[in-house]
Amino acid sequence: MKRKKFIQVISFLILRGCAYLILAVLLLFIYDIASKGGSVISWEFLTQAPRRGMTEGGIFPAIVGTFLVTMVTAVISIPVGIFAAIYLNEYARQTRLTRIIRLSIRNLSGVPSIVYGLFGVILFVNAMKFGTSLLSAGLTLGLLTLPWTITASEEALKTVPQSFREGALALGASKWQTIRTNVLPYSFSGIITGAVLGLARAAGETAPIMFTGAAFYLPSLPHSLKDQFMALPYHLYVMATQHHSIIKVRPLAYGTALVLLMLIFVINLGAYITRYRLRKIKME
Amino acid sequence: MKILKKKRITRFKEALIQTFFMTNATLAVMILVGIFILLAWSAIPAFKEINFVKFMTGVNWDPTSPVKEEYGILSMVVSTFMVTFGALVIAIPIGIGVAAYLSDVAHPRTREIIKPVIELLAGIPSVVVGFLGIVLFGPLIAHLFHLPNGLNALNGSVLLAIMALPTIISISEDSLKAVPRSYQEASLALGASRWETLVRIKIPAALSGIIASIMLGMGRAIGETMTVLMATGNAPAFPHGFLSSIRTMTATIAIELGEVPYYTTHYYALFGVGLVLFIITFLVNLSADLILHRYQEREQ
Repeated sequence: MKRKKFIQVISFLILRGCAYLILAVLLLFIYDIASKGGSVISWEFLTQAPRRGMTEGGIFPAIVGTFLVTMVTAVISIPVGIFAAIYLNEYARQTRLTRIIRLSIRNLSGVPSIVYGLFGVILFVNAMKFGTSLLSAGLTLGLLTLPWTITASEEALKTVPQSFREGALALGASKWQTIRTNVLPYSFSGIITGAVLGLARAAGETAPIMFTGAAFYLPSLPHSLKDQFMALPYHLYVMATQHHSIIKVRPLAYGTALVLLMLIFVINLGAYITRYRLRKIKME
Repeated sequence: MKILKKKRITRFKEALIQTFFMTNATLAVMILVGIFILLAWSAIPAFKEINFVKFMTGVNWDPTSPVKEEYGILSMVVSTFMVTFGALVIAIPIGIGVAAYLSDVAHPRTREIIKPVIELLAGIPSVVVGFLGIVLFGPLIAHLFHLPNGLNALNGSVLLAIMALPTIISISEDSLKAVPRSYQEASLALGASRWETLVRIKIPAALSGIIASIMLGMGRAIGETMTVLMATGNAPAFPHGFLSSIRTMTATIAIELGEVPYYTTHYYALFGVGLVLFIITFLVNLSADLILHRYQEREQ
């Protein structure tokens, strides 16, 4: 009996060790990037363009580019995602078509990001003649994020109690009126939280935008949707592996990594807090 | 009459709205099918010049050779599977361990800390992970194994393990939690310890979900681009071991698509690589999905 207890204590200790190992890895990542990137970040670094063959200066064009391409992504991915989720949660019955749609959505979220990049090259860059541009890259990222947006929106719609729908329908409202007045307003913040999380992931993607619009270096900011752009993740890739004097620009690469990481952590944290508060409100 | 007419208009409008939503939902199916068709359509011209069997089984990939161009993808396919295998060897025990810890051992307050940590880890962009492979794990591996540099398959495996862990943990934890409470209570009542119950009852009962989680993690590792591109050294040769530099399918596409002239055999061949990659990940994800789904239906 004592031996049994002993084995259990040791085993649970090992399991706990696994969990703390993950915590340690995350802290190590954050520490390494924050300690070496922190000294690089200044107001100039955030607001100026790269200078002297990208060995000096800041990352302003990359920040703007990432912001713009994420906006294009949002315009595509959020409406389509919400519409699809409304169909799946409010209208769809358990038919073969519904099952195929759900299977496709789950499978799409596992398609490698570079494959989306290839798809974007064929469809948007070449077939639709958008060229390598903000538009092509944004559309490609829009397709990539679509499965996440649909799933997140559906989760949000599911949290609306069935009685809300029944009440409206019993008063004679049509299906669409019910959705518009009694379902969407109560799931809206949940939908937006999920969508923003998806966009944060899109903002960090590199492979899909490498061949559809992101540029190594540009002397000016993009003026239209047809222009190429610089982006934070691609800029980090360039600074880490493609630059002609990699060791010299290492601090700049660290700075870029820190900005990218902070951007994504802040969005994640914001979404997490919002979700936590929403859950609390629902409980009360 | 007027009311009847209004009712008819409303009904028509409602049908229209429903069709609109349905179209948006079917878009997901069209994208998936579209990816397959467009990739295949772009890869087919390559096989006018390249023998298909040689493409699949050739070891040498040298599309820019001045003497004789060679298009064999076997080396990069083997590299992809090798680095994925290494990642799973690391990620499976740790992943199941953490999942078991979260579902059976951890205090609720500890869970509230570990869960967001895992979500944050999943949120780190792959290019940042790749960068850490260069600046953090690379020098470490070089030092440990006395190598000139640490950019090799082992480095890639470690990074991919870290990236596959969140998937493995969250889905394994869900399936451990889905094991009916009565199983656990029966086992404890018969005198088994909590550890014995976990290993002999709960993990076997949740096994299909755990396997599915591993396959999803595997799909993610196979398709991951930036980390392996940055951290595995880019040597387009047949891999000799975990300490040799390799180049995966994804890395080959990422490196060469930017430089290749459009509409050449080389260009089409890269889409051929993309098609093979897509089919592999599609099958892995589909199998995982079928396992998870059959399991869920049985539960209901």
